[in-house]
Amino acid sequence: MTLAEGVQLVAFGVLSAMMLGSALGVVLLENIVYSAFLLGGVFISMSGMYILLNAGFVAAAQVLVYVGAVNVLILFGIMLVNKRQAFLPVQRAWVSKTATAMVCAGLFALLTASIINTPWAVSTLTPAGELAIVEIGKHFFSDYLLPFELASVLLLIALIGAIVLARRELIPDVAPGEPESEALQLPERPRELVSSLPASLGDLIDS
Amino acid sequence: MQLEYFLLVAAALFCIGVYGLVTSRNVIRVLMSIELMLNAVNLNLMAFSNYLDPVGVKGQVFAVFVISIAAAEAAVGLAIVLSIYRNRDTVDMEQFNLLKW
Repeated sequence: MTLAEGVQLVAFGVLSAMMLGSALGVVLLENIVYSAFLLGGVFISMSGMYILLNAGFVAAAQVLVYVGAVNVLILFGIMLVNKRQAFLPVQRAWVSKTATAMVCAGLFALLTASIINTPWAVSTLTPAGELAIVEIGKHFFSDYLLPFELASVLLLIALIGAIVLARRELIPDVAPGEPESEALQLPERPRELVSSLPASLGDLIDS
Repeated sequence: MQLEYFLLVAAALFCIGVYGLVTSRNVIRVLMSIELMLNAVNLNLMAFSNYLDPVGVKGQVFAVFVISIAAAEAAVGLAIVLSIYRNRDTVDMEQFNLLKW
């Protein structure tokens, strides 16, 4: 990255403010659709962070996979389970919320202390920059070949597993006494026959 | 620019994710919080890759693995949510007591 130090710092500040604000919105907002769109904001600002960290390939992968696939998948999930119900109030919900907030604040304090107190062995070499993608490709096909292939098998397993889990196996209920219509017994709903086309269109085909 | 800045932001994001994971009652929001936590871990990996191992970029390789596994996790998680929603007709975490003794 050949940006000036000040530009990098300002970009980092803007991106981190966007990211933390959107993340708080994801967690705290009542409407879940707003949360899903703010999650997209988190992913996009995260990709900007990756560009600041000299990782263009992973930034592109982040936009493609997270914003393009995971966020859209979550939006589809929200639409599929779109039940506008008010949750039953739980007794003393504020106790658990306060306790969780305190635990999270403590965890953050602990992480902050360990981050600041650790003497990081920061390397002085120049980053790979644009050549990082070549390095990633070399890693994938030499020393990380087995995890790379296992990831593809894992994705196949997840694909089939998601289909098996989400497939609807029930056929629609039939009122008692009413004979089951023939359409429900067939594996596929019968399509409209060609002969039911409008008469003029049928004449056109015949001629 | 310092390594510590990125690590601090990642720690804050992770803590927000933990808070959302524990307190939210909508299942889909729980899945979103898991994505937030995975992203925080990814940011850590990338920061270490840039500052501690700038030539070998092993952190970026690990981040790509984490991204692919997060995609698989989101797909399977949403499928499980759909199938529980069909059985229970709710998305409230407090009413999912299937594995409770």
